[in-house]
Amino acid sequence: MLELAAGKSSSSGDLTVHDSPLVIRGMTVSYGQKPAIFSVDMTVQPGAMTAIIGPNGAGKSTLLKAALGIVKPLSGQVLVFGKALDRQRARIAYVPQRASVDWDFPTRVIDVVLMGLSRELGLLGRVRMRHMAHAMECLHRVGMHEFADRQIGQLSGGQQQRVFLARALAQDADLYLLDEPFAGVDAATEKAIISVLKSLKEAGKTVVVVHHDLATVTDYFDHVFLINTRKVAEGPVEQAFTAETLQAAYGGRLATAQIDQISGTAG
Amino acid sequence: MSGEEFVPLSLTPLLIGTFAAIACALPGNFLVLRKQALIGDAISHVVLPGIVVAFLVTGAISTWPMMLGAAGAAVVAVVLIETIRRLGQIEPGAAMGVVFTTMFAGGVLLLEQTDTSSVHLDVEHALYGSLESLIWLDATGWSSLLDPVALAGLPPELARIALTLVGVSLFVWLFWRPLKISTFDEGFARTIGIRTGALGMALVISAAIAAVAAFDAVGSIIVIAMFICPPAAARMMTDRLETQIAWSVVFAILSAVSGYILAGYGPLWLGGSDSVSAAGMIATMSGLILAFAAVFGPCRMRAAAPGPG
Repeated sequence: MLELAAGKSSSSGDLTVHDSPLVIRGMTVSYGQKPAIFSVDMTVQPGAMTAIIGPNGAGKSTLLKAALGIVKPLSGQVLVFGKALDRQRARIAYVPQRASVDWDFPTRVIDVVLMGLSRELGLLGRVRMRHMAHAMECLHRVGMHEFADRQIGQLSGGQQQRVFLARALAQDADLYLLDEPFAGVDAATEKAIISVLKSLKEAGKTVVVVHHDLATVTDYFDHVFLINTRKVAEGPVEQAFTAETLQAAYGGRLATAQIDQISGTAG
Repeated sequence: MSGEEFVPLSLTPLLIGTFAAIACALPGNFLVLRKQALIGDAISHVVLPGIVVAFLVTGAISTWPMMLGAAGAAVVAVVLIETIRRLGQIEPGAAMGVVFTTMFAGGVLLLEQTDTSSVHLDVEHALYGSLESLIWLDATGWSSLLDPVALAGLPPELARIALTLVGVSLFVWLFWRPLKISTFDEGFARTIGIRTGALGMALVISAAIAAVAAFDAVGSIIVIAMFICPPAAARMMTDRLETQIAWSVVFAILSAVSGYILAGYGPLWLGGSDSVSAAGMIATMSGLILAFAAVFGPCRMRAAAPGPG
């Protein structure tokens, strides 16, 4: 098995593909003529909370979708816990962007959470008491147990996001990938989500989050991955989340004062 | 009405109409939720080139080759629509528009460029079918249901649509969970290993088969109406997919039965002397049910757009 060459901004050291929950190599995805992401390498640290950061249209969500096989890459390779993605699907949980689904869909909160158990249930397996209990427990962890019987369209944006997180919890995975979970949610939801994610980390799980709020990066995450179509930087927050890397990722889109302020807190 | 009259004249058209309505309404639930309900319209247009080609190949107007031609054209159309939608990353409606107008135009062109234009292709038949003519002449009463000789004389459309209904029901039952998950959240469905592309294709192909089998018996009006009206009305009765499917079946049966009876007797009750097209009346009833559901249905209000917080 190949030993991964650590990039110059990478802190992967001598981490091998076997140790990393998610390794991406040479990933290029294009929706039209221009590539959305180009030849991106990523090595996710086990047991860490990693933020994928970059300006709008930088390919953050695309990177996540390519890693999960949702979009077809032009080229590239994905290894999940050292093996092909298709053999490791049970170990991955994915939380899509809230806006990517139709919340008018005729279904209840509890049914959405039960979707997280569908691999276990199979095609025709009956939902039993223990499945229900597990789904309710996941709703409890995100503070949504009182809403189990609600139609999902009746929830606020933050509540919907928490239901999505509960579905991911129900999957009982080792690697959690979340696409903009804090986008447009209320403060209470943000707090609830981050405390759940931290509890996952404490339980030894790996969490990767597409994140847009630069101000909270140092508080929430211990690793960052900066991208602007190409990889800009990767590593622990204090090393990779700096004025230079931010400047490189965002170009002129961030005022210098802003960068100083953010990376000032990052040290 | 006595059994002697009802069984030979009305039982089989009623059953065929009902089966056709349910066979279209079942996949219609998912098509409506996926915003692909226009597929019924698309299929009703693309069967024309299929039928013309079948006629050109066999040189005769007979049921099986024409049905195969229609089914083949429907499947080609469905594959084309999915391909264009995925490659072009455009709205399903736009992909359908491109495919069905092109194929329909091709059918007309084929019809005009070959000798087929002299063959009488009955527009009215294609639209309304001939539900009333699907009678069971061998039947003498309820006892005929147990008489193998009489049963052999059942119109072949009944067996075809019944078989289609069984097939469509089996598909929906077997793939219920993946269908539901991938209709709601396609990205998530893929991450848990559901092959959403193949499943979506299977859904539209099963809809196409239901449509072609139903055309043969009852014409395209019912097909277009049944794909949309019962599921759309059912959506406004409930906020659960399981219950929605049940309501859509109830509405399909209600439309078929009430439409058939009203077409046969409604004009008489109103003092007229003729009956009207059963297929047309069934479609009208499904539209009325939809209108009632839209006004009185408990879940007709769209949930408020989720804002922040």
